[in-house]
Amino acid sequence: MAQRTIEIIVGLFMVAGLAALLVLALQVSGLSPKAAESTYTLYANFNDTGGLRPRGKVSMAGVTVGTIESVSLDKETFQARVKMSIYDEVDNIPADSSAVIRTSGLLGEQYIDISVGGDMESLQDGDTFYSTQSAMNLERLISNFASGR
Amino acid sequence: MGSTAYISLKDVIFSRSGRRIFDGITLDIPRGRITAIMGPSGTGKTTLLRLIGGQLRPDSGSVRVAGHEVPRLKRKALYALREKMGMLFQSGALFTDLSVYENVAFPLRVHTRLPEDMIHDIVLMKLEAVGLRGARHLMPSELSGGMTRRVALARSIALDPELIMYDEPFAGQDPIAMGVLVKLIRDLNSSMGLTSVLVSHDVPESLSICHYACIIADGKVIGEGTPGELKAHPSDQVQQFLQGQPDGPVPFHYPADDAGKDFGLEGDA
Amino acid sequence: MLDRIASLGRLGLNVVASLGRSGRFLAGVLSGVPRPVTGFPLLVRQIYEVGVLSLAIVVVSGLFIGMVLGLQGYTILSDFGSEAAIGQMIALTLVRELGPVVTALLFAGRAGSALTAEIGLMKATEQLSSMEMMGVDPLRRVIAPRLWAGFIAMPVLALIFSVVGIYGGMLVGVEWLGVFEGSFWSNMQSSVDFTDDVMNGFIKSVVFGFVCAWIAVFQGYDCVPTSAGISSATTKTVVYSSLAVLGLDFVLTAVMFGDF
Repeated sequence: MAQRTIEIIVGLFMVAGLAALLVLALQVSGLSPKAAESTYTLYANFNDTGGLRPRGKVSMAGVTVGTIESVSLDKETFQARVKMSIYDEVDNIPADSSAVIRTSGLLGEQYIDISVGGDMESLQDGDTFYSTQSAMNLERLISNFASGR
Repeated sequence: MGSTAYISLKDVIFSRSGRRIFDGITLDIPRGRITAIMGPSGTGKTTLLRLIGGQLRPDSGSVRVAGHEVPRLKRKALYALREKMGMLFQSGALFTDLSVYENVAFPLRVHTRLPEDMIHDIVLMKLEAVGLRGARHLMPSELSGGMTRRVALARSIALDPELIMYDEPFAGQDPIAMGVLVKLIRDLNSSMGLTSVLVSHDVPESLSICHYACIIADGKVIGEGTPGELKAHPSDQVQQFLQGQPDGPVPFHYPADDAGKDFGLEGDA
Repeated sequence: MLDRIASLGRLGLNVVASLGRSGRFLAGVLSGVPRPVTGFPLLVRQIYEVGVLSLAIVVVSGLFIGMVLGLQGYTILSDFGSEAAIGQMIALTLVRELGPVVTALLFAGRAGSALTAEIGLMKATEQLSSMEMMGVDPLRRVIAPRLWAGFIAMPVLALIFSVVGIYGGMLVGVEWLGVFEGSFWSNMQSSVDFTDDVMNGFIKSVVFGFVCAWIAVFQGYDCVPTSAGISSATTKTVVYSSLAVLGLDFVLTAVMFGDF
């Protein structure tokens, strides 16, 4: 086979590989071009974060408004300190809103849902949520139910 | 002989897998002449060619080619020396995925920057010298054994070397192909002023064209000289080899137990 | 009894010696920087032989494996009522594990053994020797293009395998078994991360490609130059490549996906 033909075929082969990579990036892993948005940081302390993981969702009224950066232990208060990156455009979260840990579906991933408060002031970069609600512990719920409480 | 020797081996010792193939061998190969190296199968004649070409290094001793001490050459110098050598392998060793033309052009493309039309002329001239100019578009798989060797010969002279080594060129050839090769070896040697080294166990053909011959056995040279001198050589081993006698210093029977034991004959049964 | 122990020792020494040879061999292959003008066409030709010609088996295998994952996955997940999670199950399995590993095994069997046989045959017919005698380094001219071709082609093949497999899984899950197409893709997208899953799988396939190509060309170069030697070398290529891939997969998975 002529060298030219082989070069063209190999070129097509590499293009196919690149196309596969693009498909995996966009269609399969849902990588969106808006990934590099500018964000600001908010913190929240929980007694129990359950299965909350970094890169989890932060949502408000069901709309994604940010991601979870990290989950660490505060050694003085023995609470879990969660650091969140909120999109800059969502800049009017009332200062008395609460961060609630919810589970998507019954056995799905856990995420943080922001329950809106009524304060005129908004949370700024570096602020901490005043009120939080920890993850629902299934065993505690069942034992509460079983003991009739 | 020493000052006109193109290749000179001194006290070369070489072993492989525990077997001592060369045990202090010394021989000189004169410049511009056809030298035949003969001997029984397995004495290491091909190994000798590889030592000369630098593919193998001797355990001790000196291998001098064109004034260079081959085992001590660095890679670049060795490759430069090899451009002056041509080697014809027993099987031809043509590159199976290239045509005849491309095979002969290969050394030219790799070692020179000649333009395509010059390469074209040189390739066709070399093929013409071996009588195969018309076969230039064939693939190696389409060639007969004799034709393969001729193309390999054309390839080995593509760069106009000073030395050509032939590894068993006559093995398994029909009389016509043999005659063709004999003619080519002789003509090339005289027209191009080459030094030719011929490794073979084909006594009549080799002696008919060589100017000088060495017989190797048991890792040493057992006889050397012009064909005339060798035919009158006093050694029994040399004579057995040259005349093809089945029994002599190299015995007919492989060492075995007493025949009586094997056939169950024990004096009184 | 003593003979057995001695032969075991000899076997061990042989293994170590051959590992050493393969290391020196690799150094020899990598040290020569290939000339761009003459080296590139050789490389392209080898990518064709090794990559393009393996496409058929990779695509067919990918399709079938994806479809089987769809079937089996559906059966298992329907016990939990979580059929909608089938998209993420197929995608993660393929992208993280099966894509790189199965492609590497297929590659070793098809392209690796072909490389070994080709190089072994060139050695047996003295083509490599005659190249050396002509002052051409066979490591640079014959071996290096094949090594780099394997290194480049394998990740491409693994990507194609994963995509075709996901498509096959979609065919079974959505078209045949009736999973809702929207949730198939959205569940997948929310659980497959580009950096952690796709890229890690890609890195795995790059490593596997290098190792399989190295083993294949070395076995061909190092073989005993007879027909028995060549057939033994091709067998060794397939066996050693497969073992190396599976072993490396464990190590890489532990490093990449473990939280240890």
